[in-house]
Amino acid sequence: MNNPYLPYPVRIESIVTETEDRNLKTFKLVFLNPEDEARFSYMPGQFAELSVAGLGEIPIGIASSPTEKGFIKFTVNKVGKVTSYLHNMNAGDIMGVRGPMGNWYPWDILQGKNVVIIGGGFAFTTLRSSIVYMLDPANRPRFGEINVVYGARFPGLLLYKDELAAWERRDDIKMHITVDGTDDPNWKYNVGFVPAVTKQKAPSAENAYAIICGPPIMIKFTLPVLTELGFPPDRIISSLEMRMKCGIGICGRCNLGTEYVCKDGPVFTLEKLSQLPNEY
Amino acid sequence: MSGAYISKNKLPGAITGLLGRYKVFGPVRRGRYHEFAEIRNAEDVDLAYRNTRLSPKGLFHPQGERMFQFSLAAGDPDKGILKEAPKDFSPRVILGIRPCDAKAFHLDDANFDTAAIKDPWWVKRREATTLIGLACNHPCSTCFCTSVGTGPFDASGLDAMLVDTGDGYVVEVLTEKGKAAVEAVSEWETAPTGSAEAIAALKKSAEESIGKQFDIKAVIDQDMLELFNGAFWEEVQFACINCGTCTFLCPTCWCFDIQDEVCGEQGDRLRMWDSCMFPLFTFHGSGHNPRSQKVQRVRQRFMHKLKYYPDKYHQGVACVGCGRCVSACPVNIDIRQVARLMSAGCVCPA
Repeated sequence: MNNPYLPYPVRIESIVTETEDRNLKTFKLVFLNPEDEARFSYMPGQFAELSVAGLGEIPIGIASSPTEKGFIKFTVNKVGKVTSYLHNMNAGDIMGVRGPMGNWYPWDILQGKNVVIIGGGFAFTTLRSSIVYMLDPANRPRFGEINVVYGARFPGLLLYKDELAAWERRDDIKMHITVDGTDDPNWKYNVGFVPAVTKQKAPSAENAYAIICGPPIMIKFTLPVLTELGFPPDRIISSLEMRMKCGIGICGRCNLGTEYVCKDGPVFTLEKLSQLPNEY
Repeated sequence: MSGAYISKNKLPGAITGLLGRYKVFGPVRRGRYHEFAEIRNAEDVDLAYRNTRLSPKGLFHPQGERMFQFSLAAGDPDKGILKEAPKDFSPRVILGIRPCDAKAFHLDDANFDTAAIKDPWWVKRREATTLIGLACNHPCSTCFCTSVGTGPFDASGLDAMLVDTGDGYVVEVLTEKGKAAVEAVSEWETAPTGSAEAIAALKKSAEESIGKQFDIKAVIDQDMLELFNGAFWEEVQFACINCGTCTFLCPTCWCFDIQDEVCGEQGDRLRMWDSCMFPLFTFHGSGHNPRSQKVQRVRQRFMHKLKYYPDKYHQGVACVGCGRCVSACPVNIDIRQVARLMSAGCVCPA
């Protein structure tokens, strides 16, 4: 019997500081045992527990795509004791990863559909996984038009800047990058909040699904825009955050009505969320 | 062996027989209360107990348990890599467990032992354990097992069940595991004439002494969100002090936390019981807490037991009516009254 609580040992291959405030770093991790990598078979939208012996575990969305082989990536916000410790670790250090956990964006249903991705701030990590996954040459023909609205408070807080620039240059994905505000005279993208930019760019709801992930306030004001554009609740997909421990639906911590967010989620349609207690 | 009988004066000999093949756990008096403990000496078992203060859930899901161990020593090639902590899964018998507490393990299986995910320690302990229960002739005033789908003589969670008929116990063997444990005992006699009638009378009397406290189907049939938004939660939560006693005593409260503990260069990853009554239970790293208010936490406990669990697993409520939360609550919150409020969907007098 595999022990679902036992983390796989991984080595930190590289650490990239993503943002100007240095609070967000992306960790590229390599499995010590190749068989563990094979067991860690995941889909965009899933998360894992990062483990530091002596400090504990934290649930973090997977930032890499299953189409990227040989490593997994996590972008970690420095907020608590485990994340602060991680931020001080170095390439070559050993840590643990347990997962993958939870459900994922419904890629089977999204096949043949247009996809609108709306993200804000740090929550863009699992959306990066989704974009890389859809843009993979083997997968790109499976999806229609791809629109991405991604916002941060100011340019220095945007994640994955090199990749954003590369996606900008492609003609098979429409990027709508925005910041709340900037005094940079060379800023060439949008200025404005995500809901406003979504409304302005007005991606068609025809044969389309929206995936939205970001701060609650951004989601709150973007949902009416999506409704106005014609997206019904069963075509708006979001991802919940919860304080999770076991990650496999046993410890009871992330219980939400009949669901455990760690196992039955974290991805839910707006339609499903409307049937659950509003406790998230 | 079904229908076999053992005189009370021969019970210590029978337990000694079990001790030769199993670890044996049973009700033992500790001060004013009883608790389930490992038996070294057959005379320590007290089957005349009414109820234990703590449920025996800790025998499968310990209050504190070492999951993994690790080294943090510089130069150790395994530094920071977690290794499974050694555990004892040798065969054991839990003797004298009440039908309600045994049924609770069955309800908890829906959480710990599913087709998709298995808690390895829960599953191995369940496999290694034989439950020899003791029917409940004299339920307490706080018992309400008959209202939640079990009963004082409900053998459904047991491998064998003893019934106290006065001078001795009649045993009913229920599973292969139960048969093996019963056959480890050589003190069995033939049950006295009229035992079956005596047991039927004891069962009837025990069930009648409890009576039906509320209609659980009426609770389950309520709409989840209507219940969640019910005005009566304000009344339910008013006195609660979020002490967590109800959750720690409850045989079907399984929530736990995982924490690391380090001593010098050695460390352990532990899991400990936790409680939805505590504000930190759902406190996010971001500072957001979806259940920051007491009323939300109190509602969560009752909704989880009486609505979310039945809706998710379709095998009744996550409550066996043992009454521990009723008798030990320092502010007299009574789940029977809460169930009545939930089924009525309004604030009603008791």
